[in-house]
Amino acid sequence: MIEDWTFAAMGGLLIGTSAAVLLLGNGRIAGISGILGQMVDRRLPGDWQERVLFLLGLLVAPLFYLPFAPLPEIAVTNNVSLIVVAGLLVGFGARMGSGCTSGHGVCGTARLSRRSIAAMATFMTTGIITVAIMNLV
Amino acid sequence: MRKFTSLISGILFGLGLIISDMANPERVRSFMDLFGDWDPTLAFVMIGAIFASAIGWIIARRRSMALFGGSMPPPANPSIDQNLIVGSAIFGIGWGLVGLCPGPAVSAMAFAPWQVPLFMAAMLTGMVVFKISQELRQSAPA
Repeated sequence: MIEDWTFAAMGGLLIGTSAAVLLLGNGRIAGISGILGQMVDRRLPGDWQERVLFLLGLLVAPLFYLPFAPLPEIAVTNNVSLIVVAGLLVGFGARMGSGCTSGHGVCGTARLSRRSIAAMATFMTTGIITVAIMNLV
Repeated sequence: MRKFTSLISGILFGLGLIISDMANPERVRSFMDLFGDWDPTLAFVMIGAIFASAIGWIIARRRSMALFGGSMPPPANPSIDQNLIVGSAIFGIGWGLVGLCPGPAVSAMAFAPWQVPLFMAAMLTGMVVFKISQELRQSAPA
């Protein structure tokens, strides 16, 4: 029986490899909120097709997983207003802070960017506080 | 070739999110539950991801061009401004509320229950709202 942390580490290595492939191959940073954000902007960047293909890869990844193991059960809240508020905050905050868990967390911290380390420390802290407060009420 | 690289990179990223269980919102929230029933497993995702990504950056430092054309990203901007901190703080609150961030939201779309598409719609709306707020600020007289 392989432990959960082995899967976590393997998955993490895949995510980091993905970022390294995009960096070395295309000179691009795998920041998902940035890619999504530019898609909803009215002015499309010149390499928008590459961005769409990255998103398409993310979207179809479950198909490549399915032949080997059943997809994991997704456990998530049923509270509609909570989901809407969380989505708005995540979208707004990621654009305002120029990145999310992928761009700052995986890519930026790995190049020891001061901005990314500060961003990651900030969103981990507010995330932990949010969860702690929700457990109290 | 650049397009193929983008697609492969996206698939690898999505597979990593699913294999590691990072695409599972309650799992992510239990990782953030430091003062409750803390589940440290996802720390291994970040360690593995940053490790592999750092190797990419170390190799990239010795190259001026990307393998399939185009330049490497410019050096990291060192200035920590208010937008970075306030935006990240807002992002973290939303992340803690439901346990979803942009990458897992995209990867879980194909097999997720209704909550994930709803979150995705709200998240894209939040991005548009930020964009509009920027434009209003720029057009407002100083």
